[in-house]
Formats: sequence, structure tokens, C-alpha cells
Amino acid sequence: MGNMLRVVHYLNQFFGQIGGEDKAGTKPLKRDGAIGPGALFQGIFGQEADIVGTVICGDNYFNEQAEAAKKAVLAMIEGYRPNLLLAGPAFNAGRYGIACGAICEAVVDRLRIPAVTGMFPENAGVELYRKSVYIVETKASSAGMRDAAPRMAALAMKLVRGEVLGSPEEEGYLPRGIRRNVFNLERGATRAVDMLLQKMKGNAFVTEYPMPSFDRVDPVPAIENLDEVTLALITSGGIVPKGNPDHVESSSASKYGKYDIRGVERLSPDSYETAHGGYDPTYANEDPHRVLPLDVVRDLEREGSIGELYPYYYATVGNGTSVAKAKGFAEEIAKDLVRDGVKAVIISST
Amino acid sequence: MVMELGRISIEEVDWGRKTSIDGKTLRIDREELVEKACRGDPRITSIRAEIARPGESTRIIPIKDVIEPRVKVEGNGGIFPGLISGVETVGDGRTHVLKGCSVVTAGQIVGFQEGMIDMSGPGARHTFFSKLLNVALVIEVKKDISKHEHEEAVRLAGLRGAAYLGEAGRNCKPSEMNRYEVRGPSGSNGSEPDLPKVAYVYMLLSQGLLHDTYLYGRDVKAILPTLIMSTEVMDGAIVSGNCVSACDKNTTYHHQNNPIIEELFRRDGVDLFFMGTVVTNTNVTLKDKQQSSDYTAKLVELLAPDGVIISKEGFGNPDADVMMNCRKIEEKGIPTVLITDEFAGVDGGSQSLADTTPHANAVVSTGNANELITLPPMDRIIGDIGVVEKMAGTVSGGLSKQGGITAELQVIVGSTNELGFELLSSRET
Repeated sequence: MGNMLRVVHYLNQFFGQIGGEDKAGTKPLKRDGAIGPGALFQGIFGQEADIVGTVICGDNYFNEQAEAAKKAVLAMIEGYRPNLLLAGPAFNAGRYGIACGAICEAVVDRLRIPAVTGMFPENAGVELYRKSVYIVETKASSAGMRDAAPRMAALAMKLVRGEVLGSPEEEGYLPRGIRRNVFNLERGATRAVDMLLQKMKGNAFVTEYPMPSFDRVDPVPAIENLDEVTLALITSGGIVPKGNPDHVESSSASKYGKYDIRGVERLSPDSYETAHGGYDPTYANEDPHRVLPLDVVRDLEREGSIGELYPYYYATVGNGTSVAKAKGFAEEIAKDLVRDGVKAVIISST
Repeated sequence: MVMELGRISIEEVDWGRKTSIDGKTLRIDREELVEKACRGDPRITSIRAEIARPGESTRIIPIKDVIEPRVKVEGNGGIFPGLISGVETVGDGRTHVLKGCSVVTAGQIVGFQEGMIDMSGPGARHTFFSKLLNVALVIEVKKDISKHEHEEAVRLAGLRGAAYLGEAGRNCKPSEMNRYEVRGPSGSNGSEPDLPKVAYVYMLLSQGLLHDTYLYGRDVKAILPTLIMSTEVMDGAIVSGNCVSACDKNTTYHHQNNPIIEELFRRDGVDLFFMGTVVTNTNVTLKDKQQSSDYTAKLVELLAPDGVIISKEGFGNPDADVMMNCRKIEEKGIPTVLITDEFAGVDGGSQSLADTTPHANAVVSTGNANELITLPPMDRIIGDIGVVEKMAGTVSGGLSKQGGITAELQVIVGSTNELGFELLSSRET
């Protein structure tokens, strides 16, 4: 019993069996032993490791009160004196993924024990934490639990034992984008000729450095007659009507809002606020124009510098929002704009 | 064009009364070496010659160039044409090589960014030059000459030193003879129609500010891309004038022993047909880059290969050129492979290259030059250890009192050479 590894499992309110979205504000709490999916992990660990405790926190609480949440969660984890932390897996749940990533990073940094989590590659947590955290690749939904758990457990055990890891593909974790030197058996010139011959024959080859891909968009020509054009405003800075009626998330937004601004000349702090969780909201809440420049654009409209302002503006939160999600929003918004003859857009972000 | 390269194996180097080769020992008349290297150049105030042997606790620092002693025995021209020999076209006939040794020029020029070679310890593993018997020439020059005069004086002294030593091999019987025939594009491809045709685009650094390369003595900043017979490099037609970027600088030794050219010749007629070599430059203006890459792609098109290897020198500036060359050649329907090192940051987490193109889907990496290495103190320093703190790639405070160094691989000469000379690579984790 004394030699068994002690494991703590971090879960959100849902997997921690507290409740659904309505319980996303749950403050950190702990339960001894394994909860929910922890039982599956415990079965895989068998006699080798013991899930001594589970720490649970609501996804909204974690994202909105990040410092306080992290502190409390860490203290609870530390209380169990673990050798290893497991978090999630979070699949494609963005806020959960961000929480898992943040906790794993903090645990490695402050408790100096290994930590492993699991996410679907498009989870917002991946972009933020892939470099500092081992994130096992999972399917998009919790149907992938049985597939993810053994791989997470295997990687975790290797880390705890200090074993040398294979490549990300071999170990099943998302490449962290960290380059490490290694001596090859052949010199580069030979490898280059070999690779070229394979490429020329149309055979498979593996590049030693995959190019980062930048989604390049060719700019369209400048607008000649701006004074005749309908201009639309979009923001990823999170300026929304007061009360955030569409519940655009403060981070890893899953949606955008479309808001009617016919007859609205100025954004009053009584009627508008920011939903963005990634910057100090004080100044945006004092004067929403600091993020969404409606005042200036209305002036331009009045002066005749632009034709007219589109009667709706679109808002989302860019904080930790995945590229894929953002692209999806843009495709939908573009349909409206094209249909209604909008020729120019100003996007404000933070 | 046919070249015979005779390798004379050198396993020991010693000072002696007369410069000569006795079996596998090269004996050097120290005073005469210094005199021949200097050759009355008024810019040089002193040359000190030292020998560094593999396995010794010796560090050579700061290093300008590494050059292999060779001698033209038969055929046109002489070694290092256009610089210390006439301008006749080289690359045919017979050349002897003193294999296993080198001349290393040392002495502060730019001050930072020249590199080092450790003859033993962890640093030795990162450079082929730790395996050579290195004859180091520590060269001091007059204080009032310009940096570019300083570079030229040291460059020519090194070439003369290597040619002087090479001369000792003129009448020796080589232990190994290799024959290189330049066949493409006019060569007999008719008899091997099924072999894939491969061409080589050889990028030469040409940034000015002491980062230059010479082709038959011409500064390659001023050339348009051109063809060479691939054997010309074996007689030193391409010489390094590059003071900086120790890890991925192509020293003259690298040019003389271009591993891509060697590999392509080795496999010519076996599993490929070596069409030829295009040399191009990497000037620092967009206009020149556009011109050189267009011109290079055109020459490649004329050679009509089935595939192209592109090599690089340096980093940052030439990243733009290599991507342009890659894209333009790929757009002609010709697949390419690039050889490049990486500057992915000390933690390996940054973007490795300054430029990219989606066409560059086949890349050989020669390692992340930012990775840190801790080098122990060495008993003997040839040159000047004090420059270490200024060298690009050294960590502030990286020189310990005892002489140990924590620095990036950047500081080791040839460690991430982009001709693919070394075994180092990098992978994603």
C-alpha cells in the first residue's frame, strides 16, 4: 500500500456529478476517492496507482474567478499529497479544457509532479496550454472516454516513472510544438536525397519540420467610393447589451450576438457592457466605445464619409476562442452582410 | 568534365624542419607556414600557429574559417581560383587532398558570432571538426584597418596556409582515389532513362557586413544565379568570406567537401541522375531576392530535373530566399527538398523559421541552434576565451570562472550546418 502511487483527479461540475450548466458556478470542492470517470481510470491503474481524491470545480467559476479558483484547487490537490494529477478529459468543452490546462500547468509548476489531461484538438485549451501541458488527443464528445482513458493513464505512468517518451504520435498526445534536437544515424545530405527520391516517386515521406500554416487571406482592393458604401461593425471585444442576453461566454465563446442599433447614436454604459473575460473590464464598462467605436462611425456617417452604417452589429468574445469557431462565426455573418450589400467591415478586437 | 580526387590520409600532424608528408604524418615547418600564410600582407601584424588534436582538452576560439589543404596536381588552374590562384576554370584533372586535417583561422574580427571548436567533451560531438587535426592560425592585424580589410587579410592568409600545406601532398600516392564525372545535362542520360533526374540549388550567403561568399574570387552579392560544374567546389571555387553564425556558416571546408554534391555523385547512375548545380545568392533587398529566385527557377527549368535539393546558409534573411526558391520551383511542377536548421528558441517552442511556404512540405532539419549546451572548461585555449560572453548564442553570465561555458549550439562551428554535413536533427515533442 505504501508504494502505490497517489493520484488526484480534477473534474468539472458535470463529470464530478454535481450538475449541468446550471451548476457551472460551483466553487472548488473535494471528494475522497474516484468520482464519475475516475472509476474507469482506477480500473486501468489497478494496483499500480490509487485515485486518492477528486477535486471538482464549476467551469464558469474557474474561468471567471481564475486566480481564486486555481489557488483553492491547488490547495485541495496538495492536501492529498499526490504523485500525479489527472484532469478531465475535457473533450471539446472549451471552458473545461481551459480549466484542465491551467490546473495541470500550475500543478507541474508548483507541486512538481506530472500532470496529464485529454482534449479534442480544437478545444480552446489546446492552443493555450499545449506547450506546457501533456494533452492526450481525444474524440470530440464523452463517447470517447473509453478510448482516451487508457492512453491518458499510460502516458501518466510513463511520466511518473521518468521513462523516456517516444514521439507525440507514439505516445498519443498532441504535439506541443516543442522542438528537441536528436542525433540521426545519417547525415542531413543523405536524408535529403532519400527524402527527395521518395517525394519524386510519389511515395510517403515524413518532413522533419512541418511548416506552420498561416491562413493567408488575400486582401481585396481598397474601396474607392467609401462615401457610397454600407459599413458594418463587428467586435470580438465582447461589447454586448447590458445583461448579456445571449450569454456570450467570457472565454472560449461558442456563439456571437447580432444586435439592432437602428437609432442608436452612442453606446451608454447603462445599456451596454463587456462580456470579455480576458481584459480588465473597468474601462470598457465605463465607455463601451473604447472597444466598439460606434461614436466615431456615426460621426463619419453624419459627415457623409461613409454611405451608411449597417443597422446591426455583431459581437463575440475572442478570449481563448478557437480559430475554427471564429471561422464558423465569420462564415455565417458574412452571409448576412453579402445578402444586404455591405461592402466594408470594421472589426475591433482586444 | 572528369575530376580525380586523391585522398592522402593524415593521422598525425607535428612541427618539423621541413613541410612534408611521411607516411600518415604531416610535418610542418612552422616558420615557413606562417611566412607563406602571411606572404608579406602589410595588414597582418602576427600569425601564431598551433596544433589542436582530437581528444585534447583544447578549445579554439573565436574561429573565422576552416579550410582543407588541397593541391591541384593535374588539370587547369589552381586551388582557390580567383583568390590565390589564377582564374582558370578548375574542377577537372587531378587534385590531392590532405584528409584528416585542416587549417583553422582564428582571431577576433567581428568579435561576436565567430564560433568555437572543442576538441573533446560534449561540444566535440556537435562538430565534425573536433575529429580533425586542426592547424590553427591565430592572426592579428593592424588596429587601424577596416573590418572588411581585416576579414580579407584573414581569409587570404588561411587560404594560403591551406594551399601551402596541400603542396606537401603533390607527389604523394593517395590512399584512395575517387573519380567524379560531371554528366548532366549534356551527359549520357540516354542509357539510364529511368533514373530520376536531380538538380541541386546551392544558396550562398551574401548579406554584406562580413557575411559574404566568393565564387572564383567574385563577391556573390554581385552575381546573378549561375551554373557550375559540381566538381569545381572540390578545388575551392567557392570560398567562405563569412565571419558569423558559427553553427550554420558554410566554412570553406564545407564548400570543398559539400556533402550534397558528394552524395549526388555517389548515387549518380545508381538511383538518380545528377543533372547539375545552380548557385545563387541571398542578397538583402526584396528586389534582389525576387530577381535571384526568378533566375534560379529559370536555370532549374533549363536543367529540367525531376526534383531539386535546396541548401541554405545562415538564418533569418536567407529564410526568405529559400522559401521563394522553393515556391517558384514547385510552381513549375518540380518537387523540392529543403535543408535548413531551426531557431526555435531555447525552449524549442518558437517558430523555427522566419518565413514559410506551404510548398515546403519536404524539409530536412539540421537541428535547433538555440538549444543550450554546457561546455566544461578546457585546459588549453587557442585564441581568446574572453570573447565568449559577446558571442551570439552565449548566455549572459555563461562563462564560469573556471572557463566553462553555457551557450546555445549556435556557438559551435558547423553544428547545424545546412548542407547536411552533420548528424544532428530536430523533432517535435
